Amino acid sequence: MTPLLQVKNVAKMYGARIGCTDVSFDLYPGEVMGIVGESGSGKSTLLNSLAGHLTPDRGEVIFDTRADGPVDTVTMSEPQRRMLSRTDWAFVHQHARDGLRMSVSAGGNIGERLMAVGDRHYGSIRERAADWLGRVEIADSRIDDRPSAFSGGMQQRLQIARNLVTGPRLVFMDEPTGGLDVSVQARLLDLLRGLVREMGLSAIIVTHDLAVVRLLADRLMVMKDGHVVESGLTDQVLDDPQHGYTQLLVSSVLQV
Amino acid sequence: MSDYNFAYLDEQTKRMIRRAILKGLAVPGYQVPFASREMPMPYGWGTGGVQVSAATLTPEDTLKVIDQGADDTTNAVSIRKFFERTAGVATTEETAKASVIQTRHRIPEAELSEDQILVYQVPIPEPLRFLEPRETETRKMHALQEYGLMHVKLYEDISQHGAIATAYAYPVKVEGRYVMDPSPIPKFDNPKMEMAAIQLFGAGREQRIYAVPPYTKVVSLDFEDYPFEASKADHPCDLCGAEDSYLDEVILDDAGNRMFVCSDTDYCRSRREAGHSGRLGEEAA
Amino acid sequence: MIELNNVSKSFTLHNQGSAVIPVMEGASLSVKPGECVGLIGASGAGKSTLMRVIYGNYLAASGSVMVGGTDVATAEPREILELRRHTLGYVSQFLRVVPRVATLDVVAEPLLAVGTPVDAARDKAASLLAQLNIPERLWGLSPTTFSGGEQQRVNIARGFAHDYPALLLDEPTASLDAQNRATVLELITGAKARGAAIVGIFHDEAAREQVCDRFIDVSAFTPRSAA
Repeated sequence: MTPLLQVKNVAKMYGARIGCTDVSFDLYPGEVMGIVGESGSGKSTLLNSLAGHLTPDRGEVIFDTRADGPVDTVTMSEPQRRMLSRTDWAFVHQHARDGLRMSVSAGGNIGERLMAVGDRHYGSIRERAADWLGRVEIADSRIDDRPSAFSGGMQQRLQIARNLVTGPRLVFMDEPTGGLDVSVQARLLDLLRGLVREMGLSAIIVTHDLAVVRLLADRLMVMKDGHVVESGLTDQVLDDPQHGYTQLLVSSVLQV
Repeated sequence: MSDYNFAYLDEQTKRMIRRAILKGLAVPGYQVPFASREMPMPYGWGTGGVQVSAATLTPEDTLKVIDQGADDTTNAVSIRKFFERTAGVATTEETAKASVIQTRHRIPEAELSEDQILVYQVPIPEPLRFLEPRETETRKMHALQEYGLMHVKLYEDISQHGAIATAYAYPVKVEGRYVMDPSPIPKFDNPKMEMAAIQLFGAGREQRIYAVPPYTKVVSLDFEDYPFEASKADHPCDLCGAEDSYLDEVILDDAGNRMFVCSDTDYCRSRREAGHSGRLGEEAA
Repeated sequence: MIELNNVSKSFTLHNQGSAVIPVMEGASLSVKPGECVGLIGASGAGKSTLMRVIYGNYLAASGSVMVGGTDVATAEPREILELRRHTLGYVSQFLRVVPRVATLDVVAEPLLAVGTPVDAARDKAASLLAQLNIPERLWGLSPTTFSGGEQQRVNIARGFAHDYPALLLDEPTASLDAQNRATVLELITGAKARGAAIVGIFHDEAAREQVCDRFIDVSAFTPRSAA
């Protein structure tokens, strides 16, 4: 089996300061990988470097494209990369406002990616938007409402629908449950888990919440000061951490 | 006319603007940045169009200026006087006799010919601005032909109004490449943009010039199930009886009486002179 | 089916002066398909640790842990995940689920993970829940609100939903009444009959005698230095 994503020695510097460095891993279709670490550990820098929002200073991010097989997304042309990010990739921001168009209706938000890849039939766009609202548990009577009228949890679910409507294969998530109430988080986690399984999605989830990765991620990567200090099976890393920092991290949590 | 350089602008400025125009013609629909000058009129009164006209005019030209189709509104009159004074060119109200036509918000009803130039005044040249406020991003979207957002705007129209409610400044795709704002002309005029004359667009405040060369393909964006329609008020002109022209609605009194008249005053006048007459044609004449 | 060879396990506590605590040494065992092996030994002797090493939850320090054809001690995470999905089941003492998910779906999930159609997975889950006397009115609720005994039964139903060729059972009959205990032992016997290799921890002696074919005393694997 070809890995969906092969990350080889990726490094991103901020001047002399290390953003992240020496990161390598393979992600296979259907796998969910968590990246944990405290603020400033380089996990968001890594995510953005992988998703093409930042250009890594070193290394390769090889994605198994539908058309041409494995291609290094760092060196591919910008139009190709942007096309990827509209079709096969999705990015779920921590703040839904960063990932939604707040002045456009929920239906328009979901439909945008369809129209971006050439769908020109209003009826079918709307039908798929309604279908996706249902899948993320938003009443389809809200299809013409703007996201500014939605609660935080609904906005986050709308963002997910907007991202998944084109059937991406790889989803990047930056603290997807951050800033939400615990009960809303649980609902979102349940939803994400279901979608990951149904659609066979691969995902990379950055979070500082160990409970979130325990429930969502198959594998875990622990970062500190820009370096990966430990990686492995999620429950193994959490229950039998090998690195001192991970042990500290796990023991600092009130209860996972 | 003696104290002004021909057509107000200095020769260097006109050369700069002509280079932008030529580039615009070479890349139809592409917005060429130019160093817009301060003009002796406020923004919104056609400073972009005036600069393009100034760079286009030759002493032999005959100029016509229309505002919403009419030759006799304030904006049209003042710009026409401006060029009479600073360029000394002949002016006309007859579409067929003009070699350069500066327009705000309309395309003349009469078909234009290959020896004519139509200059549009443009308030906001960026069709993507409605949904994407970042200039860096809209430029990238044009460069990469990422025009899905344009349809989001039309989608919003249909979802809110049941039809594409955009009635003016209706976005078009030029020669299968750039999406362009045709300036706030009614969408009724959109099909006319595939014409024999050169079309130049000037946005003074936004400092952009763009162009559509003669016989260029101009397609109005739409959905398969909501095709583009060049609509107008469903009436004949009350003065000249024309059924094919774009109409203005005029309220006549407090009792709700109204009339519909051609917005193109020259077209209406020439039809009446040729003997056509509408519902109120006799008494008005 | 399950084959441990000279496995050792120790914990290094980096934040407590890098203290190294050896907990297991020279552990070897072999379980054939259709066989049930009971782990015995005093509390703290390392029964659960051994189970966790087999499941890949704890990282073995040395030796090999073969389950099916996979060496859990050295396998890549995705190989272990694949193993857990299809081959190796684990009924732990604790139920860990996403809050809000209905009990029926919690039990059906292992089946969905191996590609069973939703309806078939739900039917199987329903019959297991009925067998274990979980009232039908609770099936739509999240098990997080259930009593300890109910949670334990949901956990067992989940563990037996898919017919794993290898099963690890950590105190499956603890805190169950006689009737449910009998049902669980039936499930275990059934699993053996279809050829599952089982490693179990049973404090309940009668249950142990009923299902286990032989016993392994894990005290034998306790490092001398730690004792």
